[in-house]
Amino acid sequence: MSDSPDVINYTKKELPSNFVKFGYAAFVAGLVLVILSLFVDNVRSAFSGVMLLMFVASIGVGSLFWIVAEYLSGAVWSTPFRRVAEFLGAVLFVLPVIALPAYFNMHDIFHWTHQEVVKSDHYLSAKAPYLNVPFFTIRSIVFIGIWVLFYYLITKNSRLQDSTKDQNLTRKNIKLSAVFVPLFALSITFFAIDWLMSLEPHWFSTIFGVYYFAGTVLAAMAAITYIVVTLSEKGYFFEGVKADHYYSFGALLFGFVNFWAYIAFSQFLLIWYANLPEETIWYLQRWEGYWMYFSIALIFIHFIIPYFGLLAQPSKMSPKRLKFMSLWILFAHFFDIMWMTMPTYQEFGYIPGWIELGYALFAIGLILVVFNWKASKENLVPVGDPKLKRGINFRL
Amino acid sequence: MSDKILYSLTGLFDTPDEIIAAAEKVQSEGYTKYDVNTPYPVHGMDSAMKLPMSRLPYVAMVVGITGMFLALFFMWWTNSVDYPLVIGGKPYFAFPAYVPIMFEVTVLSASIATVVTMIAIVFKFPNNSHPLMDTEYMKNVSVDKYGISIAADDPKFDFDKVKSLLESLGAKNITPIYYKEEDLNFKPKTFEPKFVIAMIVLFAAVSAVTYITLNKLMYLPPFDWMMEQSKVIAQERSDVFEDGRGMRTPVEGTVARGFLPYKFKNNPEAAGKYLVNPLAATEENLSLGEKKFDIYCSPCHGYLAEGDSRLKGQFPSPPSLHSKKVRNWSDGRIYHVITEGQNAMPSYAYQLSRKERWAVVLYIRALQRSLNAKESDLQ
Repeated sequence: MSDSPDVINYTKKELPSNFVKFGYAAFVAGLVLVILSLFVDNVRSAFSGVMLLMFVASIGVGSLFWIVAEYLSGAVWSTPFRRVAEFLGAVLFVLPVIALPAYFNMHDIFHWTHQEVVKSDHYLSAKAPYLNVPFFTIRSIVFIGIWVLFYYLITKNSRLQDSTKDQNLTRKNIKLSAVFVPLFALSITFFAIDWLMSLEPHWFSTIFGVYYFAGTVLAAMAAITYIVVTLSEKGYFFEGVKADHYYSFGALLFGFVNFWAYIAFSQFLLIWYANLPEETIWYLQRWEGYWMYFSIALIFIHFIIPYFGLLAQPSKMSPKRLKFMSLWILFAHFFDIMWMTMPTYQEFGYIPGWIELGYALFAIGLILVVFNWKASKENLVPVGDPKLKRGINFRL
Repeated sequence: MSDKILYSLTGLFDTPDEIIAAAEKVQSEGYTKYDVNTPYPVHGMDSAMKLPMSRLPYVAMVVGITGMFLALFFMWWTNSVDYPLVIGGKPYFAFPAYVPIMFEVTVLSASIATVVTMIAIVFKFPNNSHPLMDTEYMKNVSVDKYGISIAADDPKFDFDKVKSLLESLGAKNITPIYYKEEDLNFKPKTFEPKFVIAMIVLFAAVSAVTYITLNKLMYLPPFDWMMEQSKVIAQERSDVFEDGRGMRTPVEGTVARGFLPYKFKNNPEAAGKYLVNPLAATEENLSLGEKKFDIYCSPCHGYLAEGDSRLKGQFPSPPSLHSKKVRNWSDGRIYHVITEGQNAMPSYAYQLSRKERWAVVLYIRALQRSLNAKESDLQ
């Protein structure tokens, strides 16, 4: 409305000190536990490493997806907060580092890496042209490479715009985004198939890539929402940022909670209906012993609680509710990844222990440390973006 | 103008921002009876007008949840209680398969209930007599203008003050809206010529389209392709075989599975000699025999098998089954008569299964014994 500024006055501020401190504390505590776990239970640690990789990849590539989605859809409301997604996306650079430990423990994690098993198994030998260590390595390098490349190209233009105010950079980023989207769809599908679905190499599910994508974009949106609302309450964004912006975050969270449930249920329903042994095996594993309680809990944690938590209009605008629900959704996504990973490690149920806690802490710490590092170097707001003013003045 | 009553003073604005500012101003001035009309829902209007939360979502929720459980109940009742059928090897109560339908019915019932409640109850449909209807103001706000209308029965209403307020807000086309007393009680007539003609045209059009679709269109290609199938149709000549029959008769001497042909054709003596009743005289078998006897035998032989036919005079009277001859027959001999018939009595092999025939034999024995009881029966 008329009371918003015509000229954008942005002065760079340091992030709140407890925000930074918490990030470092979680990082250090997590790192200690992670290193300790390597000596105590190497196999369990390796499986937790897969969870760490998938969670951090979710946040990183999901944030990149939201940046790209903003450029492609021409959205203006999210422009003031695009840098939050850009900072979160920087975790893509550390993906290779956290993928390495898992890579060196492949024999413990992936059944299909055992040559003698593959030879005596009809299914595995039929899948061998795809599921073999050299090709797996190439694929992982290519996928992470694509993400890092496009992240680098898009954010470079975005940073450059801060000083040059060149509108053509936006146009360039739109073109880059259009190229990225099909690559993103393929890469995230095969990344999920490689690192999560191949934990159970006999299993078939054609919808699995979409399932991981649904969780990914939801988790990334939750991370962005949490940071935006926290910083906005402390005055890091502009006066004009109000309920209308919050409502957009809340509506996207709510929408993708439903999207996740829709995809998860579709996967289950088709497998349940067809009742083919090579498909049902995955769900049967998750219905044996304690895992049954995990499966039931997943429905509540990932769908029913966030659904009712975000259903009413006022709850999509309330900063308190949004912060709680976005943390909850991040937890739900970690739980989801655990539900996908851990039944391979331990059948008939399992109790999360300090190793998983350590990895979770490490994931949070890692993301926050990378975020702080980016935030200390760059502006928190894309001051040169031509859509910024319209974004601040956005009303539903 | 004398009989016209002032309803409200209206003003038009060009942008949604202006109308929100205007609504906020009018609200803060203390007016209570005003309304805003816009071509589409303007976000932020409820807070500008300080409207309370709409109660419509509760209708949606209650009806939606009711619809969901109705769908669940319906599927449970039909699929697992009233007519249980195994479908795809799933349990009778196959909950995952019901979820999509429950979802659809929830959405359908909730949305229909919301729209109907909104139009019928909140908007008081049809509400033909609202003074704002059919005015230039309403025409504008239905297209591209944003209007505010401050009602004259507002306690703070003062024509000049409201006019200057609207002017100060930058409103255009500030117009008073009048209505007549009789307009308020206007009821549209049902048998107005226009309406009647429209109804007749509608009726004719729907009838014509229905007639053409069902009687003409369905018989044009490609819609008639399904009718021309080379399949066997009951009671019709089939072109597949030379004799024109659709079904083949079994090869001579074919024996059905688990069903040997009757060995004693035209040989009652052998039947009486070799056949033995396989059924025990249990209550179950006897009551089956009674039921079948009453249906098939009693019309001629009588309920008590005394030959007292209900059809006396129309058919030759059958013999009593209490004669010494029949009493002395073996079970197999009676069975043979039921199977092949005797004299005027036809075969009952098609009406009665083998088991039922033996059950009837048991019942006849019981009837015979009732008239010619043995000494030992009385003890």
